Order: sequence, then C-alpha cells, then structure tokens
Amino acid sequence: MAATRKNSGGPRSGLIFGDLWEFDPAPETADPKLKARYDLFIGGRFVRPRSGRTFDSVNPANETKLAEIALAGPADVDAAYKAAAGAFRPWSAMPGRERGKYLYRIARLLQDRAREFAVAETLDGGKPIRESRDFDVPMAAAHFFYHAGWADKLEYVAPGRVAQPLGVVGQVIPWNFPLLMLAWKLAPALAMGNCVVLKPAETTSITALKLAEILQDAELPPGVVNFVTGAGETGAAVMGHPGAAKVAFTGSTEVGKAIMRQLAGTDRKMTMELGGKAANVVFDDAPIDQAVEGIVNGIFFNQGHVCCAGSRLLVHEPVAEQVISKLRNRLRVLRVGDPLDKNTDLGAINSREQLGRIRRLVASGVREGALMYQPPCRLPERGFYFPPTLFTRVTQSHRIAREEIFGPVLSILTFRTVDEAIEKANNTPYGLSAGVWTDKGSRILRMSTELKAGVVWANTFNKFDPSSPFGGYKESGFGREGGRQGLLDYAHLA
Amino acid sequence: MSTPAVNRIPVTKTPKVYIGGAFVRSESARTFKVSDAAGAFFANIPQCTRKDLRNAVEAAAKAGPGWAKRSPYNRAQILYRLAEMLEARSGELVTSLVRFGAREADAARGMSVGVDRLIHYAGWADKYEQLLGSVNPVASAHFNFTVTEPMGVVGIIAPDSPPLLGLLSMLAPVIACGNTVVALASEKTPYPAILLGEMLATSDLPGGVVNILTGFRRELVPTFATHAHIRAIYASAGADDRKALRLGAAASVKRVRFTDLAGREWFSDSAQGLEAIRDFVELKTTWHPIGS
Amino acid sequence: MDQVGVEERVATFATRSIKKSAKVWGLKTAVSMTDLTTLEGKDTPGKIESLCRKALRPHDDPDIPTVAAVCVYPAMVRHAKALVGGSGVKVASVATAFPSGQTHYRTRLAEVRGAVADGADEVDMVINRGAFLSGEYARVQDEIAGVVEACGSAALKVILEVSELETFDNIRMASFLAMGVLRPGDFIKTSTGKTTLNATLANNQVMIEAIRDFYTDTGIAIGMKPAGGIKTAKQSLQFLIAVKETLGDAWLTRKRYRFGASSLLNDLLRQIEKEKTGAYQAPYYFSDAAESY
Repeated sequence: MAATRKNSGGPRSGLIFGDLWEFDPAPETADPKLKARYDLFIGGRFVRPRSGRTFDSVNPANETKLAEIALAGPADVDAAYKAAAGAFRPWSAMPGRERGKYLYRIARLLQDRAREFAVAETLDGGKPIRESRDFDVPMAAAHFFYHAGWADKLEYVAPGRVAQPLGVVGQVIPWNFPLLMLAWKLAPALAMGNCVVLKPAETTSITALKLAEILQDAELPPGVVNFVTGAGETGAAVMGHPGAAKVAFTGSTEVGKAIMRQLAGTDRKMTMELGGKAANVVFDDAPIDQAVEGIVNGIFFNQGHVCCAGSRLLVHEPVAEQVISKLRNRLRVLRVGDPLDKNTDLGAINSREQLGRIRRLVASGVREGALMYQPPCRLPERGFYFPPTLFTRVTQSHRIAREEIFGPVLSILTFRTVDEAIEKANNTPYGLSAGVWTDKGSRILRMSTELKAGVVWANTFNKFDPSSPFGGYKESGFGREGGRQGLLDYAHLA
Repeated sequence: MSTPAVNRIPVTKTPKVYIGGAFVRSESARTFKVSDAAGAFFANIPQCTRKDLRNAVEAAAKAGPGWAKRSPYNRAQILYRLAEMLEARSGELVTSLVRFGAREADAARGMSVGVDRLIHYAGWADKYEQLLGSVNPVASAHFNFTVTEPMGVVGIIAPDSPPLLGLLSMLAPVIACGNTVVALASEKTPYPAILLGEMLATSDLPGGVVNILTGFRRELVPTFATHAHIRAIYASAGADDRKALRLGAAASVKRVRFTDLAGREWFSDSAQGLEAIRDFVELKTTWHPIGS
Repeated sequence: MDQVGVEERVATFATRSIKKSAKVWGLKTAVSMTDLTTLEGKDTPGKIESLCRKALRPHDDPDIPTVAAVCVYPAMVRHAKALVGGSGVKVASVATAFPSGQTHYRTRLAEVRGAVADGADEVDMVINRGAFLSGEYARVQDEIAGVVEACGSAALKVILEVSELETFDNIRMASFLAMGVLRPGDFIKTSTGKTTLNATLANNQVMIEAIRDFYTDTGIAIGMKPAGGIKTAKQSLQFLIAVKETLGDAWLTRKRYRFGASSLLNDLLRQIEKEKTGAYQAPYYFSDAAESY
C-alpha cells in the first residue's frame, strides 16, 4: 500500500465573491395593467368614496407614484357592511357545491393572470419579483383552490356539530403579503358562507382592487366581498362596525391590542395574527449548510417583513463560529436591488416609515454593544433599501433580541444545552413560530413539544400550505388560518 | 344553372381504448359491434382480452409510484381539469348518451352531476388526510401518527346504467387518493367510456393512471378477480360476478367493495363522499421517541 | 445533510436570469471548461482525430476558446496526444478499470502508469465503491493516494460515482476522503457517465460545498468536474451559477472546474452564435452535430 499523505488542518482561507462574472440587468417585462385610480369595491361595483378623497400608492423601489387609491370614510364602510348584509342570505343559503365553484373560478382566473399580478405586487410592495412570481401569487391561488373544496364538505369541519356561517366578517390585512393575506382571509370566510368587508393595508391596496376585477369576471354575487381602502381610521371603522359578526386582523401586536381594547365592550368574535420574534435553533448535529440556507431564508425572505421570520438565531456553541462564518459568506452573494429584476434576492423596504423603524432598532443594537456585520452592497440611490444585517454577541437583554424589527436583521445568540435553548427560545412575549435544526428525530419532537410557538419548522423554514394551520401563542395572537382548524374560526357550531 | 347540393359524407370515428396514456386496439384485434338505441350500426368497439387487462395492469403499476408522489394539490388540480374537459364537451357527451337510449333529461342531469362529482372529489384530494389520519395519544413518550397511503392498482367494474356517471363516480375517489385504475366499462354502452378516455388524455393526467377496457364481463371478470397485482376491486356486479370476484380476491387477499347503486340513485349526493376514499387507502402508523 | 434542503437551494440557481454579455461570458467560459469526451467500445483512431480537431477548433469563430481537454480511453491516448500535444488542450485518460473499477489494484495502477507514459496530462480514476459501501474508508483513501503517486506530474480527477453512493452524506464523505490525499490542481468528479444517474445540480452542490469547506480549513484548492447528464447550455450556466455563489470567482476557471460532456459543446456554440447574430440556429450548422433533422 502506498503511504498516505493526509491533508490536515491549516490556516482558514477566504473565498472571493467579486465581479468576475457580473449579471446583466434582467427586468421582468410583463405588463401589470395598472389603472391611474382605484375606487372602492362595494356591492360588486367600483364606487367613488363619499368624500371624494384619495391617497397615493408609491413604489418603494424608486419612490414614484403608482396610482391614486380611494379613501374610505365611515359612510363608505357602512355602505360596504350593508351590501354584505344584503348578500348574506342568498350566499349562505346557496348549496356548498355551487358556492365552491365561485372560489374555484377565482383560483383559476388568478392563475391565468399570475404574471400580471406578480408584477403589480412587486411594484406596490417592494418584494422581489421572484418571490411574488414563485410564492405569493401561486400560493394565493392555492388558498382559493383548497378552500373551494371545503364549501360542500362543511359537515366534516366539526363532526357531530353543524358548522354555520357567522354573517358578515370584517377583515384588516397587512402590507407584507398583500395578495396572499387577502386569500388567507377571503377563502375560508367565503367557503363557510360568510360575506366580507376587507381593508387592505394603505401602502399596498393595488392587488386587492385588481382582484376585485377577477371577482367580477367570476360573477361573484355583488356584496359578497367588499373592499374599502384607507389607513388607520378606516381600519378602526371596519373593526368596530356593529354589523360585523366577527373580525379578523393580521398586523402588529400593538394595533391588535388596540383593536381588542376597542371591542372590549362587545361580544364580537375575533381572531388575531400578530407579531413574532421567532427563534431559529441550530444544534451541533444539524445539517449545517442547509441550516444556513434556512436561517437566510428565515430572516431575509421578503426582506424580513414576515411575522414568523426567524429573527433570532440560537446557535449551539460548538458550531457557532462555523455557522456565523458560513452565514457571512452566504450574505455576500445575496443580491439587493431593484425588485423587478429577476435576479434580486432582497428588494425594497415597504415604506419610509418602516425603513426608519429598522434603522432605529439597528442603531440601538450597535449602541447596546452588539457586533454588526453587513456585506458590501451597492444600494440604489432612490427608494427604501436596507442591506442584510447580522448581529453577533447578542443576549436576551438587547432590544434587538426582544423587539420585532420586521426587517432584514438577524440577532445571533448562543446556547450550551437543549434546556437552555428551550428557555431562551420561549423567553419572549411572542409565540408565532420557531425553527429547529438537528439530525436527531427525538430531539426534534422534544423541541416541538416544548417550544411555545404555533408553528415549528424542523430542518426547514418558512413553509406554508393551505392545509396547514397557522397562528400563534401568547402575544402573537389567537386563532388559526388554514386547514380544517382554520375553518372553525369562521363558523358558528350549532 | 345551379349544381345540385351534394350530401357530405361524414367521417366516422374508430373507437380505441385508453391504456397507458395511448389509444390502442385490443391485442387480439377483435372487436364487437355496437348499435345505437334505434338498432342502427354505430361502431366496432375493441373486445379486450385478459392480455389487454394484463397490459393495463402493468401500465397502472408503472404509473403508480409517480401518481402517489404527486402532491394532493396537484391531484386535485388534475381532477378539476378533468371536470373542465367534461364540462366543455358536455354537449357531445349528452348527445352520445341519448343516442344510446338515455332520456335527454337524465343524460343532461347525469352530465351535471358527473362534472360536479369530479369537482367534489378534486376537493377531497387535499383534505381527506386530515380526517382519515391522526396523531394518537399513546401512553408512552412517543410521537405516534397514522397516515394514509394508496393501495396500488385498483380494478373497477362499472355499471351498465348510467354508463358514464357510474364509471366517473367510481374512478374519481380512487384516483383522488393516489391509486391507479384499470376499469371495465359498461358492456352494453361502452362508447361514453371511449369519450371519457379522450378527456382523461387532455386533463394533464399522467398516462397509465387510468386505463379503460371495453369488452365482455364473462371474459374479463375472472382475470380482474385473480390478477395478483390488482390490490383492490370496486365493482357494480350481480350475485354471480360478486362471488367470482370474492373467490378470486381470496387468493391474493384483495380488498373488495361493491356498490348497490342503480340507475338514478347515482344522481344523489349520497352516491359520493369520504367513504369511497376511505375504502381505498391503507393506514400506516409510525412511532418515534420524544426526547433529547 | 438534508436532501430536501439541498434540492431547494439548487432550485434557486435555476431561477437566475442570465442575459446578454453575462450570458456570452458564461457560455464561452463553459466552452473553455469542457472535457470533450468519447468513451465508447467502438472508438478508433479516426474517431479520436475527429474529436481532437473539434477540441482545437470548435467553430468558425476565432473568439471561441479551445476546450480544456479531450477525455479518452487509455488505448487512444497516444493518438490524441499526437494531435493536441503542445496546443493547450490537455489529454485526459480514464484509468483504473473505468467504469466499474472491479479489478485488482495492481492492474488499476499499471493502467494509470501506462496512460501517463503514453502522454496523458490528466487521469480520471474511479474510487472503489464496493470498499466504500462496506465501510472500508481507509482502504478507499489509500488506493487514491497510490494513484496520485502513479500519476506523477499528471493531474488526477477522482470519480466518486454518485449514483452508486446514493446518499448526499456518502457523497460528502467520499469527497473528503479523496481531497485528504489530493494535490492542488487535482479534481473530484461526479460520475463515469455510464450509469443512469450522473451529474445533477444537487450532487454538484454537495461536492462543491465539500470543496469549499476543505479549502477554508486547509487552504488547498481542489477542482470539481460534473460529468454526464449535462446536455444543454442552459444547464451548464446553472452549474456555473452554483459555483459563483458557493465557491466564488476563483473557481470560475478551467483550472478548477470542468464539464465532462460531449453534445454540450455544440449547444454552447449554438447559443453563442444566437447571441451574436440574434437568430436561433439549426444544429447542423456546427461540426460533428449528430442531428440530421
């Protein structure tokens, strides 16, 4: 046998991620077919707001105006609830089989116009076209398709009881996944036989009002779905209207609490899907490279504008240095820039306000002594952008470990034992999601059992499915969306 | 001077059976004559043999793993597309059913029910798991879960009446949960099943997932009964055929289910539901410790 | 390793959109990285001559680089060397009882020495999969070390035969076993091209991550060669994107990355011509194209 010379430990060597092979711009060119002005959608028609007032929707990628959006006042919200109440009896009396067909039509029509909607979503909200094309729009269509099939199977939703619709439901959705959040809210409500008054987020109203065109093409009976656009005041009117049998809110914990206070004197049913500060826990036996992908996906997908983002990395001390080093390398090949470019990984921050919030919290991290890393990247001159950011030497007492940043900022903490990981992961008022990375099955199941989170991702992250119930513990909210369990929140059990 | 009008001679269609994603004649090259309700000659339909059945089972077995691995959402979309295909050609199907003796009202109703039934089962594909599977609260420190799994190749013997709706109602639940099918169409009125084959071929359904034979029960039922690779039988059958199927099933421990529905009973909502899926899935329970 | 995670990572490479000058750069780089291959029982000196002429002058365009190497059976090395010797196109020979490796170790070594003596600049060997799957890892590594020695100054490429190793964990382990005894300028390679599963973005990713980790630990840069199954220019660009994002710029060179392929070359040329003229090309405009239709 030949003597073997084994290559063994030497100095750590660096990789070059430079501009040897620069990508040319690759803009998506499909036409989003935007209108100059979008009106309210009430009673199956586009109607002007009583006040005649509008507000602008801006493209966060370059700060240009996209369209004018109608501003709904209390009278408009009232008209919407009236239209919904009028449509409720025939809609709920319709055989489930026929009601389902409307939802199937909506799914199919959205699939037909998928690219157009993806571009519109990217322009309005700032997320990369790759995400709106490959995730937001297909997933929204899937939600409609899935829930369509429940409409004639409601006797299975709560065996032994009869699941009946509640009436008119008021819904307010956020700006991070505008079309998808719309699908999450509308589909189960309609499948169950309810009618809806919904307010999109003020910075992202366009795809909702485009969907209204699809509702017309699908010949959805007028009044079943109504969209009233506006900001905080409109939202309060929608949540507080006496015609709502139930309200559903997805947004920040702060606003969720305000709504709960607003409705404290009523019996209104409600579901809340609020903020999070998820722990992504990586053990020393984790598949490390895949864990790094999961961490990156967990915090940089959609620029970190995700309630279930893995914004805290809890890494096992034996592999901390290795994981952090790989993370730095991985960040160096993330492409930040024009959301409409097909190669962009991180798009624009949704608004000037949100960018300000991120900057303030990042500054607090630096001030409080955490160590910041940002890869070199050229940010566009106009528009709202923030580079992917890592903080190491973070502890549970740092603000950046406690407060939801809602941006592309990862706080990295370490742990020594499983028990410590569980303690740290649960040490938060939030409880929406968590990640666990380990090769050991029994440990996955233990972590899943003991983590106080409504969604646990093991050896993966940010996975969603219409059939998989989603929602949080503690201040991340209550109620679930998706699956058989999600339908229960839109039903009255007789 | 005007020329007299010439009657255009229509081009008749050669019916072929849909096996393995292709349209073929019987390997025996035999056919049998089919006449319409008025007694006029309609077409020569393939008279399938047990070798055709054997080939169909092989095609179904080959298509099986891929079909079972498709996501439930994907299967749902394909079933929905099949409904789209049928709806688009419902006029043709109704005409065909009437030509073979159905009352117009029954044919039209059967068509609507058939399309809606496909949509019903499309809607089950990504839901039955939550109802038939479970996480079980065992007394030890184990995570214990039960999931369903398709059985494999399922043989279907369709009724004579209604010839299209019956076949549709039986094959939809079976493929919704990931099985593949070898079906024997109605012996008396096989032509609608030939048309159904064309619609299956245009619905994004992978070849081999559904295979439809035409021919005589007395020639084919014995092989349905005894072919060991067919894991389950779903049949509309009289007492003699039932006995033959049960006897043959015993040799390979096939699961056997019969339907008692006849004629207009197939129109009712009670002719569809979760039970038709439950009968064609296996249940698998897994244990794993919970700990560090 | 987690298979699903790897597949998801490589799926993102396929969503990159490469256009215009970036595309042309990628295509020409892929040409320069090609090990133009013929490994058939029916190879003759005439076939080798045809292959070598193509390697030296892929197309009627002076801007197209030559390929990196021709890859042939040991019996054909002399003929290849006579034609491309001194040109910059290397002669790579398979050896060690390619593709199965199922013969005595001394025979495998003798074959390597014979190919090198005939003028091979590079040797593509196969590892002992039987020993690997039985857990005899030291033996697998020792055999590779012996082949390194038999190569002398010729570069060595170690074929893991990923389809037989099956799991990503095995492929990663085998990569480290090989790299532990390789020299800078040597390569690890996915497959012989003689089984039904060859190079994929996923197994390429497993191996380049191993190369990356080995480099960051030891400073030794080992090359990578995916072989078999890469037929289109579009696929080859996806592999290059994987390299760009995993190993970085230093590996975007024929010195550290090769494509083991045959029909890929003409598809690269076809796409380069399309970028140049704006018109889609027919296959028969390119020498040695198989398609008549």
